[in-house]
Amino acid sequence: MIETRIAAIVPAFQEEVAIGGVVSEIRATGLPIDVVVVDDASTDRTAEVASAAGATVLRLPFNVGIGGAVQTGLRYARDEGYARAVRLDGDGQHVAAELPTLLAPLERGEADLVIGSRFADGSGSYRPPLARRIGIRVFARLVSLLGRQSVTDTTSGFVALDRAAIELFAAEYPHDYPEVEATLVALRSGLRLAQVQVEMRERASGSSSITFLRSVYYVVKVTLALLVASLRRYPKLQEARP
Amino acid sequence: MTPLRVSIVGAIASLLLILVVLELIRGRRLKERYALLWLATGIVLLVLSVWRDGLNTIAGWLGVSTYPPAVLFAVATLFILLVLLHYSTVLSKLTDENVDLAQRIALLEERLRRNATATRPGD
Repeated sequence: MIETRIAAIVPAFQEEVAIGGVVSEIRATGLPIDVVVVDDASTDRTAEVASAAGATVLRLPFNVGIGGAVQTGLRYARDEGYARAVRLDGDGQHVAAELPTLLAPLERGEADLVIGSRFADGSGSYRPPLARRIGIRVFARLVSLLGRQSVTDTTSGFVALDRAAIELFAAEYPHDYPEVEATLVALRSGLRLAQVQVEMRERASGSSSITFLRSVYYVVKVTLALLVASLRRYPKLQEARP
Repeated sequence: MTPLRVSIVGAIASLLLILVVLELIRGRRLKERYALLWLATGIVLLVLSVWRDGLNTIAGWLGVSTYPPAVLFAVATLFILLVLLHYSTVLSKLTDENVDLAQRIALLEERLRRNATATRPGD
């Protein structure tokens, strides 16, 4: 049975301050949407706050990282039969009011995976620090090259998925810093990718999880993962689509 | 030529390694599948220690003319690298399986909570 509702997957770690607002904001859009907060073993009241705000909460027994958390939500969406899912961060940087824009290419049947990009048409106001801007640009180029399709923002965690994309990523999803690699896997698996221009907020709480050492690890890990992913074979999903 | 004492020490050390590994298997503290590489290490080092002509010949092939026991060290190092690499693959698999279990627990617990709420009397 395919559910016509949308699963909003929100990975959260130590987000008790922001998570309540995030859940309420998504529910207030009026979309037929169920909010699924994946609590990645927070030690604060993230799960309780999310639950009180009306979200379904999946509580991981120990910290598995952002990719593992997102995949938990995707598995939930797959098992519960959701035809569509969106992913938003638990810190409030993604604007729920942009969800209709993000879902539009899915509604029109034009794409399987929609990335909310801050740089899709150059009209966005987001100006990240130089180092990060270079990183985002380089990975976008690399993914575009390896996936043979132009991608502008591979680091965005604001995405919408149809059933084919949900099933693909529920089965296999990179564990840490997953967005870039997942984009390439999607392209190589034959998913149709669309990008829409969206605005994002400065984070409402917490600090960026990316420090200098971590960003070195990020660059090395993601580059290696991309090169390996481009050597792997992925079954094409094109035929399976009705 | 390999000094006799090096051969004797090498043989004793590799015999000890084999015995320790066998004892660990016997006491069920080491699974056979993880012991095989260690046993292979011990046996190869034992053979190279005892079979002195062989060690010299191999050293000759490899161009190690001055000190044949260096080949013994090289072989030991190679096997240790193999064991470590094998462990890295085991660790990666365990990590994946561990995350998979954590995700299943999260999903099952949510389902349990939902069922408990649905079947609570008086609801």
